[in-house]
Amino acid sequence: MDFQVVVLAGGVSKKLLPLVSKELPNALLPVANRPVLSYVVELLELSNLKDLIVVVEGKDVALNVGAWISGAYADRLHVEVASVPEDVGTAGAIRAIAHHLTAKDILIVSGDLVSDVPVGAVAATHRRHDAVVTALLCNAPISGPLESVSSGGKDKTKKPGRYDLIGLDPTKQFLLHIATEKDLRIQKSILRAVGQIEIRADLMDAHLYAFKRSVLLEVLDQKSAFQSLKHDVLPYLVRSQLKSEVLLNGTPQAEENGTEKVNSQSNQQMISQILANASEPTFHLRHTLGTIGSDSVRRAHKCCVYISGSSKYCARLNSIQAYNDINRDVIGEASHLSGYSFSAHNNIIHPTAELGAKTTVGPHCMLGEGSQMGDKCSVKRSVIGRHCRIGANVKVVNSVVMNHVTIGDFCSIQGSVICSNVQLQERAILKDCQVGAGFVVTSGSEQKGEVLAKK
Amino acid sequence: MDPPRRAPRTVIDPVPKFRQVGFFAPPDRSQSGPIAADTSASLSPVMIPPPRHLSDNLILHARPSNSPRRGPESITVGGSNSDAPVSPAPSSSYSSRFVVGGDRGFFDGKGKDNGKVVASSFPRGGFDLTALKGNAAASGSSIVVPASQLTTVSVVNDSLGIPEKEKTNKGGGSAGEMKDQSSSKQQKPKPTKAERRALQEAQRAAKAAAKGEGNKASGTATSVNAKQAKAVKPAQKADTASVAATEKKGGDFPPEKDRKKDAPQPRLQYDDKSRVEKAKRRSVVKQTESRNRVELFRHLPQYEHGSQLPDLEAKFFDLYPVHPAVYKVGLQYISGDISGGNDRCIAMLQAFQEAIKDYKVPPEKSLGRDLTAKIGSYVSFLNECRPLSISMGNAIRFLKSQIAKLPLTLSESEAKISLDSDIERFISEKIILANKVIVKHAVTKIRDGDVLLTYGSSLAVEMIFLHAHELGKQFRVVIVDSRPKLRGQQLLRRLVEKGLNCTYTHINAVSYVMHEVSRVFLGAESILSNGTVYSRVGTASVAMVAHASRVPVIVCCEAYKFHERVQLDSICSNELGDPDVISNVKGRVDVNHLDGWADIENLQLLNLIYDAMPSDYVSMIVTDYGMVPPTSVPVIVREYGRE
Repeated sequence: MDFQVVVLAGGVSKKLLPLVSKELPNALLPVANRPVLSYVVELLELSNLKDLIVVVEGKDVALNVGAWISGAYADRLHVEVASVPEDVGTAGAIRAIAHHLTAKDILIVSGDLVSDVPVGAVAATHRRHDAVVTALLCNAPISGPLESVSSGGKDKTKKPGRYDLIGLDPTKQFLLHIATEKDLRIQKSILRAVGQIEIRADLMDAHLYAFKRSVLLEVLDQKSAFQSLKHDVLPYLVRSQLKSEVLLNGTPQAEENGTEKVNSQSNQQMISQILANASEPTFHLRHTLGTIGSDSVRRAHKCCVYISGSSKYCARLNSIQAYNDINRDVIGEASHLSGYSFSAHNNIIHPTAELGAKTTVGPHCMLGEGSQMGDKCSVKRSVIGRHCRIGANVKVVNSVVMNHVTIGDFCSIQGSVICSNVQLQERAILKDCQVGAGFVVTSGSEQKGEVLAKK
Repeated sequence: MDPPRRAPRTVIDPVPKFRQVGFFAPPDRSQSGPIAADTSASLSPVMIPPPRHLSDNLILHARPSNSPRRGPESITVGGSNSDAPVSPAPSSSYSSRFVVGGDRGFFDGKGKDNGKVVASSFPRGGFDLTALKGNAAASGSSIVVPASQLTTVSVVNDSLGIPEKEKTNKGGGSAGEMKDQSSSKQQKPKPTKAERRALQEAQRAAKAAAKGEGNKASGTATSVNAKQAKAVKPAQKADTASVAATEKKGGDFPPEKDRKKDAPQPRLQYDDKSRVEKAKRRSVVKQTESRNRVELFRHLPQYEHGSQLPDLEAKFFDLYPVHPAVYKVGLQYISGDISGGNDRCIAMLQAFQEAIKDYKVPPEKSLGRDLTAKIGSYVSFLNECRPLSISMGNAIRFLKSQIAKLPLTLSESEAKISLDSDIERFISEKIILANKVIVKHAVTKIRDGDVLLTYGSSLAVEMIFLHAHELGKQFRVVIVDSRPKLRGQQLLRRLVEKGLNCTYTHINAVSYVMHEVSRVFLGAESILSNGTVYSRVGTASVAMVAHASRVPVIVCCEAYKFHERVQLDSICSNELGDPDVISNVKGRVDVNHLDGWADIENLQLLNLIYDAMPSDYVSMIVTDYGMVPPTSVPVIVREYGRE
């Protein structure tokens, strides 16, 4: 279908800091005991997209990611990993690999997307409208509250998360405005052309874009200051959609016939006019046709959106809060994403895991391979990784425990993320904490809302 | 104005061609012989797969040659390695060489994989079985039909009149068959003249059949090539030759066959459940049929709108056989981005142009056949997205004939360039130029002071008005429109922008507004050869009112939209639109009286897209060949349709 896929897997994000490191970059952060990148890759694979370019920030990280991919998808997918210097931004990353891009359209996916929205639908919308860019929008995640109600409801410090302000036309097909900050300056010309703009704050840009390659590369080429696709390139394209400066060399007008040029030109013009009259003209068209006769030819390009249905799951792992939420959802309400089959009790306990007497593992839980639990433990809505050793009388609620973690007796963990190789000594009590890899929590310590990591 | 318009009707009417109206299976099928009727009993009478009746024809045709000479008929044995499931050892010797008379090499060699070929090349399987069943019934022997084609061959051998042998055969006794072989080896009778001719004709027919199948769209059909078909059919023919049955019909067959070839493919009738099921399994677009359909229109496809588009979109990357350009057009059809007749046709042709540009002939295939099949698969995909219009059918026929006409000596790139320019030419000549010519003709019919009425939005009519306006003629335009599409509003906008004096009204008021109108200009989706104008629903009512008010009706239609079909009503062939659009009013959320209508058992909504206007409402048809009366349509179809 003439699409190329670029997965922007990122590097080591500051926002996720105690959790990620050079060894465990963003892309490999486990969600339900699987690297988050695997969700994107499998989503693409499901859509029959088997040629991927994965762009990673930093050489070491690229090595790690590459090693994991080659191990996991060796014979199934054709993946190329490219490393770009850190802090070049998403636009810089695309610039760096620009010479590899050859297809007509490029699909750019963020590596931290966990979703089951059919990628093909975005691509199809893109093609149908012959758009310059198509963005996937999904319902903004409601972070935290659902789960906190069920578990006592006082733990979450609700940060007003950043939200996107998105302007749509009445048919909800075209993107008229996009801004992350409270930027509501809408261009008059667009408003005049469309007549009505719907501003939504409940939609989230899922960082899955289909770009027309020629346009994308041209914009990146001309505007060397552009750093980010989302913050610079996309708003630029949206802003300039009615006074397009980008070359649209994919349109039929570009075709020329050797025979009588004038004649064929007028024919072409007429064909395009016929096609234009075919149906309800979009505002782009009305705008371009509005000035027939005057000297300046107005040109427009289309920025489209695909809004995923409310039944689809879509989230980005871009904060620690999101990490908790996604883990919860993947083994909970969006369990089909995890790829595991759930037991009758609605949880996943690996056959090699050992449970002590009177230990209960509630629904929406996951217990990894080779983990051991002592007596009288209780696990609720949590993910526990591989080869963990958990003592007796331990409570784990709403938490993520990664691999090779040792937890002493009488510990209590709530709403926390415990990274690999952490040691929790007896009677440690953690609440809403993030414990970095290899940290040792001393016996009897009580922490709340702390970030614990090795100095 | 009235009397002269009455006249043509009387010309047309005496010969109503009722038989062709519905495009059911050719009626003479069942008359072709008792056996044929018998064997087809298991199939639905509505649509008959072409390979089947062709072979039936062969059967009957070949019989006269075989039956009188039953005695000396023989089977010659040649080494072969067929591995049919039933009685492997004997059948291997049977199937390979099978000479009815003389050494024509009729069946030789190809029998090698007879069994397999039959099973695979005819997607509708069962036909050989049914043929056999008929055979068995007719010959009076109570043979349980074995599953393999090879055993059918052995049946022929037993037509010598020894049914017991068949039983031994079935029981697995190879002794009897061995004996049989040895006996057959000895005799090689000379064919009579009649026999030879019959054989020749059968061969020719087999070839034609194979070709027909090759052309018949669906990618798989290409796998049927002449060789296989040839190998299969004689076997068929020979085995039914044992059936004692009518021989008299032999003479009528060739013309009948020709007629069948000319007749259009039987259309899928959507009230035939089993066929619809089958078609659905093949289809790319997932379609759920809407539940409460109007009884009278059950035979037309009607699907739940709304679910198709997301579903097809989601499959974007899975559809490798469909070219992206074609896919895009399909999406635009479903979503309604492209809906006019000309627009759909142009969009389709341009998509095909793209597809042909990117097309590469696969190794060991010929461009002609493979590309035809490919185009066929695209067409069926587009047809699933939205039923094709008649004009599109004509365009596709044109393209296919151009492919067929390509000289074999042409290289791949030359062929592609030639096709590309052919399509280009079609668009520019048949659509663009045609419209310009129509404008030139029709403008002469506009006088100062005229009040012109039009319905909906037609490209040709719009161009006529604009051109007349440019010429400085003083006239007023009345645009009559109807829900749900309200295409007239777009026309109105464009005309008003150009400074024309317009009146806009809905079809409810047409009888009122007609009194002030001096001419009615209408566009058409198609004009059929009895002069019936097939056009957007509502056109017929406008024309009727005009006719009753003695206002001349001028229909503007490009000649590429003419079709040789004859249709007397708008029921047998039509298109059903999304019923929801008539229950909802755009921009009015408060009009929701019919919300949830699908759950009401005794309510059906009907959103017809087209209607048929009888020719006596039409005063004149303006087409690219000039201004003609509706009676001249068949002439244009005949003289220019073959171009």
